Amino acid sequence: MAHISVQDVSVDFPIYGAQSRSFKKALFRAATGGMIARDHDRIVVRALDGVSFELRDGDRIGLVGHNGSGKSTLLRVLSGAYEPVRGTVNVEGRIASMLNISLGMDNEATGYENIFLRGIVMGFRPREIEPLVDEIVAFSELGDYIYMPMRTYSSGMAMRLAFAVSTCVSAEILLMDEWLSVGDAEFSEKAKDRLNNVVGQAKILVLASHDESLIEANCNKIMRLSHGELTSTEVIGS
Amino acid sequence: MLAKAMRDLRVGILSVHVWPTLAWQEIRQRYRRSVLGPFWLTISIGVLIAGMGPLYSRLFGQDTSSYFPHLAVSFIVWMLLASLITEGCTSFMVAEGLIKEGRMPLTVHVLRVIWKNLIIFAHHALILVILFIFYPPPLSWALLLVPLAILAIAVNALWVGLFLGMLCARFRDIPLIIQSIVQVMFFLTPVLWTPGALGRHAWAAQWNPLNHLLEIVRGPLLDGRVAATSWAAVIGMALVGFAFVLPVFARFRARVAYWV
Repeated sequence: MAHISVQDVSVDFPIYGAQSRSFKKALFRAATGGMIARDHDRIVVRALDGVSFELRDGDRIGLVGHNGSGKSTLLRVLSGAYEPVRGTVNVEGRIASMLNISLGMDNEATGYENIFLRGIVMGFRPREIEPLVDEIVAFSELGDYIYMPMRTYSSGMAMRLAFAVSTCVSAEILLMDEWLSVGDAEFSEKAKDRLNNVVGQAKILVLASHDESLIEANCNKIMRLSHGELTSTEVIGS
Repeated sequence: MLAKAMRDLRVGILSVHVWPTLAWQEIRQRYRRSVLGPFWLTISIGVLIAGMGPLYSRLFGQDTSSYFPHLAVSFIVWMLLASLITEGCTSFMVAEGLIKEGRMPLTVHVLRVIWKNLIIFAHHALILVILFIFYPPPLSWALLLVPLAILAIAVNALWVGLFLGMLCARFRDIPLIIQSIVQVMFFLTPVLWTPGALGRHAWAAQWNPLNHLLEIVRGPLLDGRVAATSWAAVIGMALVGFAFVLPVFARFRARVAYWV
């Protein structure tokens, strides 16, 4: 059973090297972005401010909000990258983070090597990746290009490979920053099916997006973030 | 917090499918499409040692047959120590993408740096193999300590790398300062000259931690010595180092993602 518990979480980004005096004097609030505040005498951007929620099996969350409202930061807190300065985060279940699907891949390495590089960054062991290789190669339609260095690929081919590896296993908790779409018309249809399949198998989905129709199609709850605060949680269709 | 830091260390060290791969990847990335790869560096170091050996042995008025092996062993181990220190500074900075994605223990990034430099060191060791054909090392049981000495260097590199990695991620001037210090230390440490040449000022080498790290490799290879004092110093350094770094790592580990 997957479970996410977020209690009163705040995240501050210290801004070093931006300590101009005018910044220091003003407590600044802009239409977009988090709150810029002072903490002792460094400037911090408060990206998340006292956020609390609980997610259980079956929850499909659409995260919405302005640019800089804290969506990506919240995803990174859930993925474990940022440990909050205040509050607690408790995540039970295997997480797959689709925040950057080509992270770990290297242009100079061959497509084949990159399957393993990406797999390792995703938290798999080489022997767990081994049995999936054939399927990944087939899905990405790269053929013999898989033995060529990735720098010889077109950007579309590289994306297809990254997508194929990143979606090769389903996880209990899926974190996404915007929906993934790759390739030409024909491939993108195939990719959509595969992504829907991965999303369907995930017990919890957290999808940050500006596209409300996309969120309505895939999610059952909307969480609105504004200036790093969770302003509302609505159940879709009620 | 200490528990999380220990977990980071334990999981990181046990991730033996991760850091060696990342280290090899970094070497391949740098030398891809080059025929000799890291051996280019080996060749240039080999030429340097071959040129400096006879010259400096005359300058210092020392017997070539004892000075040459001293210079070669010291220089190659020095290259390892110097790059472990300077690259330890950037271990977290260069892994920004991976750190901000989460999940991977920070220890992995330091181990990647250590493993990468051990691989490069293994390339340079070829010079020693050639050297020992001409100047065979004294055969003794002490030679068995050489692999252990390399391991001791790696263990010390781990705490140094964790500490400098955090410090440099936060204060971006530190890597530049460290680089200058390492350069100066090259001349202040018995690499080009032998510790014996200090005479009654031998304390200058005895209080130099880098000298002890060199000595535990050099002792067995050059004179079949165990270098017990240096071993004590190196083991002491590791103990004091970890005792100091663990609380610091526990306190600031979670901040690194915000700093890089």
